[in-house]
Amino acid sequence: MVPFDILVLVCIAYVVFLFLVAFLVEKRARERAPGWLRSPVIYTLSLSIYCTAWTFYGAVGYAARSGLEFVTIYLGPTLVFVGWWLFLRKLVRVAKSQRATSIADMISSRYGKSPAIGALVTVLCVVAATPYIALQLQSMSLSFAVFAADSSEGWALPDRYATGFWVAVGLALFTILFGTRNLDANEQHHGVVTAIAVEAVVKLVALLAVGIFVVWVVADGAADVVARIRASDVAAWELRPGRWVGLTFVAATAIFCLPRMFQVLVVENSDERHLATAAWAFPLYLFLMSLFVVPIAVVGREALPAVNPDLLVLTLPLSLDRGDLAMLAFLGGFSSATSMVIVAAIALSTMVSNHVVMPLWLSVVRDRRGDVRQLVLRARRASILGVLALGYGYFRVSGGGEALAAMGLIAFVGVAQMLPALIGGLYWRGGTRTGAAAGLAAGFAVWLYALFLPSFGPDVILPAAVLAEGPWGIGWLRPRALFGAEGMDPLLHALFWSLALNTALYCAASIVSFPSPLERVQAQRFVDVFEIAPAASGWSKGGAEAEDLLAMAQRILGPAPAQAFFRAEAEAQGKTGWLPDTTPAFLERLERRLAGSVGAATAHAMIAQIAGGASVSVEDLMAVANETAQIMEYSSQLEQKSEELSRTARALREANEKLTQLSVQKDAFLSQISHELRTPMTSIRAFSEILMDPDGLPDDVRTRYAGIIHEEAIRLTRLLDDLLDLSVLEHGQVQLQESTVVLRDLIDRAILASASTAPERVFVIERDQSREAVAVTTDAGRLTQVLINLLSNARKYCDAAEPRIRIEVRVAGERAELDVIDNGSGIPKQSQALIFEKFARLTDTTRAGGAGLGLAICREIMGKLGGSIVYLPGQGGAAFRLSFPLRLAQAA
Amino acid sequence: MPATRRAVFLERRSYRRRRLADAARLLPVLGLFLIGLPVLWAPAEDRGRDMATTGIYLFVVWLGLIVAAAVLSRTLGGDEPGAAADRAGD
Repeated sequence: MVPFDILVLVCIAYVVFLFLVAFLVEKRARERAPGWLRSPVIYTLSLSIYCTAWTFYGAVGYAARSGLEFVTIYLGPTLVFVGWWLFLRKLVRVAKSQRATSIADMISSRYGKSPAIGALVTVLCVVAATPYIALQLQSMSLSFAVFAADSSEGWALPDRYATGFWVAVGLALFTILFGTRNLDANEQHHGVVTAIAVEAVVKLVALLAVGIFVVWVVADGAADVVARIRASDVAAWELRPGRWVGLTFVAATAIFCLPRMFQVLVVENSDERHLATAAWAFPLYLFLMSLFVVPIAVVGREALPAVNPDLLVLTLPLSLDRGDLAMLAFLGGFSSATSMVIVAAIALSTMVSNHVVMPLWLSVVRDRRGDVRQLVLRARRASILGVLALGYGYFRVSGGGEALAAMGLIAFVGVAQMLPALIGGLYWRGGTRTGAAAGLAAGFAVWLYALFLPSFGPDVILPAAVLAEGPWGIGWLRPRALFGAEGMDPLLHALFWSLALNTALYCAASIVSFPSPLERVQAQRFVDVFEIAPAASGWSKGGAEAEDLLAMAQRILGPAPAQAFFRAEAEAQGKTGWLPDTTPAFLERLERRLAGSVGAATAHAMIAQIAGGASVSVEDLMAVANETAQIMEYSSQLEQKSEELSRTARALREANEKLTQLSVQKDAFLSQISHELRTPMTSIRAFSEILMDPDGLPDDVRTRYAGIIHEEAIRLTRLLDDLLDLSVLEHGQVQLQESTVVLRDLIDRAILASASTAPERVFVIERDQSREAVAVTTDAGRLTQVLINLLSNARKYCDAAEPRIRIEVRVAGERAELDVIDNGSGIPKQSQALIFEKFARLTDTTRAGGAGLGLAICREIMGKLGGSIVYLPGQGGAAFRLSFPLRLAQAA
Repeated sequence: MPATRRAVFLERRSYRRRRLADAARLLPVLGLFLIGLPVLWAPAEDRGRDMATTGIYLFVVWLGLIVAAAVLSRTLGGDEPGAAADRAGD
C-alpha cells in the first residue's frame, strides 16, 4: 500500500520534473537549437492529449458498461488520420498559410476575418470545454481519494473539492508560466508540447503496464482472457448501430474540432511532413491505449464487482497489493488529466483574448498608445484563470456526480457544430459569413437545448415540465424528442438535429447571401490552397502611413522584431531605412504577421483603422481576375508567336539552302555563259580574220565562212533575247496581247514549232483532242511560248528509248490545267525546287544548247497570265502542270 | 488554345505517386466499411454477441489500417518538390 504522503511527494516530484522539462526546452528553443524538439515523434506524442483522464480511467468503465462501444471514440480519429491526405493535409496547409492561432481564428479568418464568428466559436468552445475540464478535475480528485481512503497513517480523507482546487491552481500556474511566456508568431509553445509528450509516454507506459499485469499475471495469458471475456457479463453487450456509427463520426470530428486538438494538431505543427508520420503513429498510439481496456474491464469486474468501474485501472493493482503499479497508473491518469487541461486552457485563453478581449478593447479604448503585448498577455493569463475557475466552479456546482461521465461526449457533439463551417470553408468557395453564422448559431442553440442543458438533470436548469411536455406544452419542442423524434438515443438525437439544422442553414444562407470582397479573397485562398494561382491581396493601395503601422506593430510584436520586419520589407522593396512603401502586398504580410499574435480578425481590424478601411473592393477582385486572364492571354500569345517564329525559321532555313545552291549554280552559270558567249565570239573572230585576208579564198569557202559567222551571231542574239525577255517579264514591263483561242490549235502550233528541236528523234505524242476543245481568252502567243519551251525541253532531255509525250487538258471551274508529261527519268527530287530558277540547268550544256533560262521565263509568263507552272512529281517522267484562268483577269 | 496548361499524361513515377495518393484517399473509406461491418453481424440467438471475436476482428482491422497508412505515408512522404506541379493533371 502506498502511503498518501508518499503519493503526494511523488506527484510533486513528477510535476517539478515536468516544469524542468518545459523550462529546459523553452530555453533551448530560444537558443534556436530545435533539432529533436521538432521531430515527428514529439508531434505525434503531443496529439495524445486526445486521450484524457476520460480515456485513461473512463474507457475501462465505458467498456464495463457498454462493451466494445468505447473503441468508436478511437476508431473515428483513426479514420481521420489514415485519411490524412484527404483532409488533415489541407487543414494544416491552410491554417499555416493563414497563421491561424486557434480554430476560432481559422473559421473567422475564412469568413472574411469576421470578429462576430470568432466570438461565436469562442463562446461555443468555452461552453463545451468547461464541463470537460471539470471532468478532469473530478477524475484527479477521485484518484487521490482512492489512495487516501486506504491510508492508515492518520491522513483524513481530504476534501475532494480541496484536492480539485489545488490541482486547478497548480495547473493554472504551469499553464501561465509556459503557455503565456511569449506572444510568439504562430503561437507555438515548445516547452509545453515537450512536457505533454513526456506525459504521453507516461500514460501509455502506465496503461500498458497495468494491461500486461492483468493479462499475464492476474489472468493466464491471452487465451485465458478471451475465455474470461466470453464468460463475462460484459459480453452481454448490445451493439446499437446508430450509436456505433454516430459515435465514430462524432469522434472523427472531435479530433480536429476540439480546441485543444486543433492547438496541437495544427497550431503547434512546425512541419507539415510530421503529419505523414502521425498518420500512422497516432492511430498506433490509440490502438495501444485501447488494447488492454477490455481485459482490464473484464478481469477487474470479476475481481471487484462492487467497485466503480471507472477507477479499475487504479483499484485493481491496489487490491492485489501492487502499490508500485498503482502508483504508475496514478501518474498515468494524472498525466492524462493535466496535459489535457493545460492545452485546453492555452487554446481557450488564446481564443478568448483574441476574439473577445481584443475586439472589445479595440472598440472601447480610444487611446491607442501603450504596449498591446502586455494587454494580450494579461488577457491570456486572466483567461487561463477564468477557464480553470469555470471548470472548478462547474465541478463544485454539479457535485461531481455520475453525470460528468457523459460530459466528454456532450463536448464532442458541441464542437462538432463547427464541422459544416470548417468543411464548407475548406472545400466550397460559396460558403459565406452569413451562412456560417446562421449554421453555427442554430447548431449551438440546438445543442444547448437538446443535450447540454438537459444533461444537468430535470429542474436544475430546464424545468422537469419542459423536459417532459415541451415548453408551453408544445410537444414537438421537447428537448429529447424534437419534431417528434421519439425513442432516439439522446446523444444521437441532439447530434442529428443540431448538425442537420446547422448544415441546412449554412448551405441555405450561404446560397442566398452575397459575400463581401474580403470573404471572397479568403474563400479562394482556403479552397485553392494547393493551386498555384495569383491570389488577390486583401488590401487595396490605401492611405496608410508606414510610420503609423510601425508604431502599431511595435506595440504588438515588440520593438525589435517589428523593426526587423519593417527593415526587411523595406530592403525587399529596394529602399533603405525602416519605412517600406505601404503596398497591398506589404499590408498583407504585416497583417499575417500580426495575426500570428492576436488573431486574423483583430489584426485585420487594427490595420484597417490605420489604413482607413481601405480594404479590398470588388473592383480590386475584378482587376486580379483580369490580370490572371491577361497573363493567360499573354502566354497563349507567346506560344503562338513562338510557333510562328519556328515556322519562319524553318522557311528561312529552306530559303538559305536554296540561296546557297543558287549561288553555286550561279557561279557555274557565269562560267558557262562566258563560255557560251565566248564560243561563238571566238569562231566569229577567227572566221572574220580569215575573211579579212584580201586574197586566196575561193568564193564558196568565203560564203560558207560568212554563213558560219551569221549562224553564230544568231545564237548570240537568241541568248541575249532570252535574257532580255526574262528581264522584261520580271520587271513587269510586258504588254499582254489578249485574244480568244481554242487550246487545241495552240497545242498543234506548239508541237509543230518544237519539232525543230532535236529533229532526229521521233516522239509519240499522246493527246485527247476532244478534251482540248477549250476556248481560252489569254495571251495566246505567250502561252504558246511556254508550251513550246516545255515540249522542246521534253525532246531535249527525255532519255527513254521510245520517247513519248503525253498532253492532258482539264477544266476545273474557272481554270484550265494542262499537263505535259514525258516518259523519261524525270527530275531528281533535290533539283525540283531549283528548276524554275534563272540560270538553272541540270545537265551539261552540250545537250542543252540553251542558257537555262527557259523554265524561268515560263514561270514569269504563267505568273503574268494569272496562272502557275509546277513540277508534278511521281508521274513516271518529267511532268509539268500549267494552270491558268480561262478568262484573263485584267486587273493588272 | 487551352485556358490552362495541364499535363495530360505523366511519366511512370509521377503516375505511381498519383495512384498512391488515390489509395491514401480511399483508405478511410475502406476503414469505415470494415469498422461498420460488425453492425451487420446478427448476435447469436442464445447468448448475445460474441464480444471476443468482434473485439479481435476490430483490433485486427485497426492494425491493418495502421500498417496500410504507414506504408502509404512513407511512400507519399510530405510534399516532395515538384509534387505541386504535377498535381495539375491526372
